[in-house]
Amino acid sequence: MSKMLSVKDLAVSFQTRRGEVDAVRGISFEVAKGEILGIVGESGSGKSVTSYALMRILDAGGVIKAGEATYSGIDLRRAAEHDMRDIRGREISMIFQNPRAALNPICKVGHQIEDVLRHHARATRYDARAKAIAALEAVKINDAEARYDAYPFELSGGMCQRIVCAIALACDPRLLIADEPTTGLDITTQKAVMDLVRDLIRERGMSSILITHDLGLAAQYCDRILVMKDGVIVEQGDPVQIFSDPQHPYSRKLVDATPRAGETVRSLLPPQERGEELTPTVSDQPILEVRDLTKTYAGKSGPVHAVKGISFMINQGQCVGLVGESGCGKSTTSEILVRLMDATSGQIIFDGHDIARVPARSFAKDSRRADIQMVFQDATDSLNPRHTARQTISEPLRRLARMRGAKLAVRIEELAVLVGLPLPLLDRFPHQLSGGQKARVGIARAIALDPKFLILDEPTAALDVSIQAVVLNLLVDLRAKLGLSYLFVSHDFHVVRLLCDHVIVMKDGEIVEQGAAEQVMSNPQSDYTNALLAAAPKPPQRRNIS
Amino acid sequence: MLASSPRLRATLLRVAQSIPVVIGVVIISFLLTRALPGDPAVYFAGVAADTASIEQTRVAMGLDKPLVQQFFIYVGNLLQGDLGQSLSSGRSVAADLAKRLPASLELTLSALILAIVIAVPLGVLAATRPGTWVDHLCRVVVTAGVSLPTFFTGILLIYIFYYLLGIAPSPLGRLDFIYLDPDHVTGFYLIDAALMGDWETWRGAAKQLILPATTLALFTLAPIARMTRAAMLTALSSDFIRTARAAGLSNRTILYRYAFRNALLPVVTTLGMVFSFALGANVLVEKVFAWPGIGSYAVEALVVSDYAAVQGFVLAMALLFVALNLVIDLLYTAIDPRIGFSSK
Repeated sequence: MSKMLSVKDLAVSFQTRRGEVDAVRGISFEVAKGEILGIVGESGSGKSVTSYALMRILDAGGVIKAGEATYSGIDLRRAAEHDMRDIRGREISMIFQNPRAALNPICKVGHQIEDVLRHHARATRYDARAKAIAALEAVKINDAEARYDAYPFELSGGMCQRIVCAIALACDPRLLIADEPTTGLDITTQKAVMDLVRDLIRERGMSSILITHDLGLAAQYCDRILVMKDGVIVEQGDPVQIFSDPQHPYSRKLVDATPRAGETVRSLLPPQERGEELTPTVSDQPILEVRDLTKTYAGKSGPVHAVKGISFMINQGQCVGLVGESGCGKSTTSEILVRLMDATSGQIIFDGHDIARVPARSFAKDSRRADIQMVFQDATDSLNPRHTARQTISEPLRRLARMRGAKLAVRIEELAVLVGLPLPLLDRFPHQLSGGQKARVGIARAIALDPKFLILDEPTAALDVSIQAVVLNLLVDLRAKLGLSYLFVSHDFHVVRLLCDHVIVMKDGEIVEQGAAEQVMSNPQSDYTNALLAAAPKPPQRRNIS
Repeated sequence: MLASSPRLRATLLRVAQSIPVVIGVVIISFLLTRALPGDPAVYFAGVAADTASIEQTRVAMGLDKPLVQQFFIYVGNLLQGDLGQSLSSGRSVAADLAKRLPASLELTLSALILAIVIAVPLGVLAATRPGTWVDHLCRVVVTAGVSLPTFFTGILLIYIFYYLLGIAPSPLGRLDFIYLDPDHVTGFYLIDAALMGDWETWRGAAKQLILPATTLALFTLAPIARMTRAAMLTALSSDFIRTARAAGLSNRTILYRYAFRNALLPVVTTLGMVFSFALGANVLVEKVFAWPGIGSYAVEALVVSDYAAVQGFVLAMALLFVALNLVIDLLYTAIDPRIGFSSK
């Protein structure tokens, strides 16, 4: 196979106020014709910066410091800017994460495709519309004619990503760089988008670089994988080989931390960090029972039934997984259960009393407020940026337990130890903490008042896999130590399988299936559960190293 | 058609929403002027008046009737376009306003156009070249613009261009006495003179306008330039700019079609605010340049408790603000397709 792109000793650095920061430190790799190369790494590994450097679209202050990058004989580092503009979009193009933000919000999607076509002289004013519609059809958008006039905000996330693909592929580039193309998309949408991208690449004989933090996804779609850490490539090779026999300790850690079938939550951690597994005590006494819960919003075009009469039960000490795609009503349900929102009808029996009768507005003054707490999805957005970790954790203790002074300080440190947050970090602000540390602060705040029931709303969705592994283990330990019951809201079946005893699958506001976790996973009864399971990336099985 | 109908509905709804605002404005302007200190009857009866003649004036002015009845009389007159008689100028308030409001508007609008023409490109350039001399220039202009009061810049400009250099005409009103006022069509001298084809007068009016308009423009330039720079910086760092760059679009397309159009929203908001500031700042500029505008008229009326004139002024200004806000909101709908769907 001939080389299409070859990168040699590429180094990229950024000028910042605190001096020069090296983002990429001398990496070399090649992309062959027709090959799909995966670059896997966690945040800050330099994987996205590498791709921006190849396209020469680094943010202000970023420069290629050393090395060579050659694309079919063209020196990408030294090419004139106007030659680069011809290369971008026509030879090499990119698709991005967060597709909705990647599109101009006030411009019709059809016009955005036309801009690219006309810039690269692939269309004239007269046939641009027809060609843009053809580009939309190429990415399998139904009713392309009508979608041409749509604005990004009128389309779903998956649809927006297809538009971004259409823009990227409109001028038949030879190399497609996909930078986390499915982050933030639902699992079935992820599969649809990835399958589409793979098929288009194969059909047109293109090469591709897939940049992702998800080793499982990369393994499924790539011919070869590079693992990056701190700006260097630590390992490269065939996906199956990396999965079954990782050579570098970091890739081993990544492989371990990737949730998949046949693992336990402890085996996500590196072997030396695996503590003794604690067994939670599950009683058959229900702590929470939901009966016929409904929620109807007044929408613009009539009422929107977000939750349509669901019933389920959570026993003391149990961890119940609530799985579904965006819009299925899982967030509405958790918000109602945590009493931040009122249900339209239905009962929530908590500890023998119907708490749905207490309006959400006055639940803060209810004595049971302390018993039901929540860990939020985005660890960064759910912390007050002007409060230190200590202030954040003290908030519920001050307000609800009226704790003050020395007693408060002791309790905060006790909680920090419990969630594994180093004590010196307590006086830091959120922006001075890492993602994992912020997640710990959020958990400490939620368990500060010794709640009985905790709602975990995708607590690890925004975290790197190795941090996710640590946080999941922390949650498992806390459950056993404190005798908590969890409702674990997630879209990731693999994670749910690791943590939960019981699974509820929701779709369009209804429960389509519920049952013991293993049973639902291995023998799903509904087509929808089946589709969800099938869409989850399936990393190769690990060779058993005993 | 289906796609455009929610936007059309949002537009109509927005227009309908200004009706209650106008009603509220009428009520408040009525009440405010009644709350002014001083008894107009005493004032207008004259110095030598005794109790009986004051009472007579009061009855003549309708001030003896209950407030509610006065209000309905006022509204009735208003509907016929009668804003009452100005007791100090002796003419009807409507005629006074019709003569003076265009003068103020002509000044404010030319100042605003001047400010936009300078500030928007300056802000865009500063945002695309942060840290260069354009950026520093932008910062200096913005700081100077907000820190120099209009009466000061006005006098300074007169001192330099009229007194020292002698290239500006004397700062006395809208037109030098050697010219005849153009026929009243819009009340904007520049437009009226152009309509008549009288370019001599047009030049004369423009000459008179330059200094006060520059004074006011210097004041309004600062917030526009600052907001343009900030909005452009935000727009330029958005994800869709990266997409556009990765697709190989030219810098010009990226800058104008992608970044600038998105940056327009906050700029338009600022324009609305700046326009209202400028109407307020007018009073001082009008005084300095002896401009026969609505601001100086209102101050004079206020001093002598000429409540019909004050009422007329408050009403005219309030209606102007309502209209302005309506225009800004409609501009929003034109720029941003998301409006009309997200907002109720």
